[in-house]
Amino acid sequence: MLKHFKNILLVFAFGMTTLANAALEIVITEGVDSARPIGVVPFKYIGNGEAPSEISSVIAADLMRSGKFKPVSEEQMPQLPTTDEEVDYDAWVSLGVEAIVIGTVTQQPANRYLVKYELIDVLRAQITGGETRMMSNGKLMKSQDHVMESRQSVIDSDSFRYYSHQISDVVYEALTGERGAFRTKIAYVIVREEQDKPYQLVVADYDGFNEQVLLRSKEPLMSPAWSPDGNKLAYVTFENRQSQIYVQDIYTGKREKITSYKGINGAPQFSPDGTQMLVVLSKDKGGATEVYVIDLETRSEKRLTKHRSIDTEPSWHPNGREIVYTSERGGNAQIYKLNLDTGRSRRVTFDGDMNLAGSITPDGKQLVMVNRTLGQYHIAKKEFDSGLFQVLTRTRLDESPSIAPNGSMIIYSTLHNNKQVLALVSMDGRFKARLPVLDGQVKAPAWSPFLQ
Amino acid sequence: MQLNKTLKALLVALPVMTLAACSSSSGDFDGGEGQQTNASSNSNNDNVDVGTMKPQMTAEEKLQKKYADLRQKQIVYFDFDRSTVRSEYVELLQAHADFLVKNPSVKVLIEGHADERGTPEYNIALGESRGKSVAKYLESLGVSDSQISVVSYGEEKPMVKSRTEEAFAKNRRAVLVY
Repeated sequence: MLKHFKNILLVFAFGMTTLANAALEIVITEGVDSARPIGVVPFKYIGNGEAPSEISSVIAADLMRSGKFKPVSEEQMPQLPTTDEEVDYDAWVSLGVEAIVIGTVTQQPANRYLVKYELIDVLRAQITGGETRMMSNGKLMKSQDHVMESRQSVIDSDSFRYYSHQISDVVYEALTGERGAFRTKIAYVIVREEQDKPYQLVVADYDGFNEQVLLRSKEPLMSPAWSPDGNKLAYVTFENRQSQIYVQDIYTGKREKITSYKGINGAPQFSPDGTQMLVVLSKDKGGATEVYVIDLETRSEKRLTKHRSIDTEPSWHPNGREIVYTSERGGNAQIYKLNLDTGRSRRVTFDGDMNLAGSITPDGKQLVMVNRTLGQYHIAKKEFDSGLFQVLTRTRLDESPSIAPNGSMIIYSTLHNNKQVLALVSMDGRFKARLPVLDGQVKAPAWSPFLQ
Repeated sequence: MQLNKTLKALLVALPVMTLAACSSSSGDFDGGEGQQTNASSNSNNDNVDVGTMKPQMTAEEKLQKKYADLRQKQIVYFDFDRSTVRSEYVELLQAHADFLVKNPSVKVLIEGHADERGTPEYNIALGESRGKSVAKYLESLGVSDSQISVVSYGEEKPMVKSRTEEAFAKNRRAVLVY
């Protein structure tokens, strides 16, 4: 059985690399072996001409990119069913596949399409023969509990990618119990040296499609951060020959200046409720780099750290009552947790030479950070309860980790072939992938919150 | 070393100046040495060529010349993860301080930079503390703080775009911009 798996894996590894045709094309570097085989059967198109877009390839790419699934290639599929009645459960199970996604796309009038799909647990179906009898209100009822999802929707031709991601979310949640994050976006900075305004703030779908440049500048841009409603980005701009924090509405383009003090204006982070913002300023006379919280309504600000050494990189706990930040007060940079009610800080990292850029997972249970050990910078995590510490990456000069809103994955910036690129690593460290961009240096990724 | 250079320059320059005596052009230096006077002005006589000696520079003039040369250099480099000014840059900063003290209307912007190791936010802080180290040093030599401003670009504007130790060393810098 295991050997059989490996054959599929090889085919998969070669067959899947051409799936994505995005600005950011994914290269999986580790972790295919531990993923669960799944069949995403091409949806049958019923209509004139060709379907506007292939739904199944987008779903397969999503599931593969989650690191948890390994879609079998079309050549490996024993059949191409479109409804549950047509499925040969044994054939799929013998391939090692535990579930399949099947469906149809039917052309409707006025540029609209009816999409129907089912998620079938072929293991369960093999056991029940596709039908279970169960007691309900004292009567014996027939049930089809192997059909995990069965849905349909009418969409227009522009919505194929989005609806495909929605199916991926449904499938992912049904099979893992965790909410999918396939309809999210990432913001990042690209430096395109050859252009007149080389520093560019970009937003794209989480998979790199639909890239939109929101700001082009002659001077550096840094630290994009999402508002919790996903409508705005805070960032740092040097357009006026000093650092300034701005908030920009990503749909209207409206920009608002938040801080423009002498010295550093950096590292903005919206609070979980969107009413406050953590920032880093160095405006106070004799003061070093300190963390402040600004009320976005009244613009009143409060200094949260008071130390001669560097305090920076603040990040909210999802509870909005605590923050973590980097401080050099102990000599080397380490991460501290500050309780906003008591005002007390406590050091939380002790592994390696230094720990920087901490952020807390959406469940509040783990800390993700940049760890320096023996001069090497890698992404690492620490469980607050157990204290368990784990280095997750082995790429070079890793920085700027940002956690997916479902806590499954970390996107970060790293060096590959002397270029800054984005990379992904799953929270357990088993799945690793690179997202090479075609032109320019890519950095400072920020994963959006859930957008629906 | 620097004095030696000046001497050499003088040796090269002297014959040039005698040849250039008729052209009334000014000297090659902007270091404040006396210029040759137009030797032929008091005589229409084509039968003689009058030569001049360059007067010996005073100690102050020598220092000014040296400072002017030093001020051509505007970059101070730092050790990894450090923001203390290395002793080799003391004279360089003295030269800039001297100029700024004598020209109180002149302003200088100190850009602090870091190499790419470490996180962008940490490097912004590091770049600023490098800029501030230089600013403090200039202030200790009498420069008014109103003449100085500091901006940190962290790791965002590397001077050398490769990722070798040599490149990192070039990127850990503070730049004095007038």
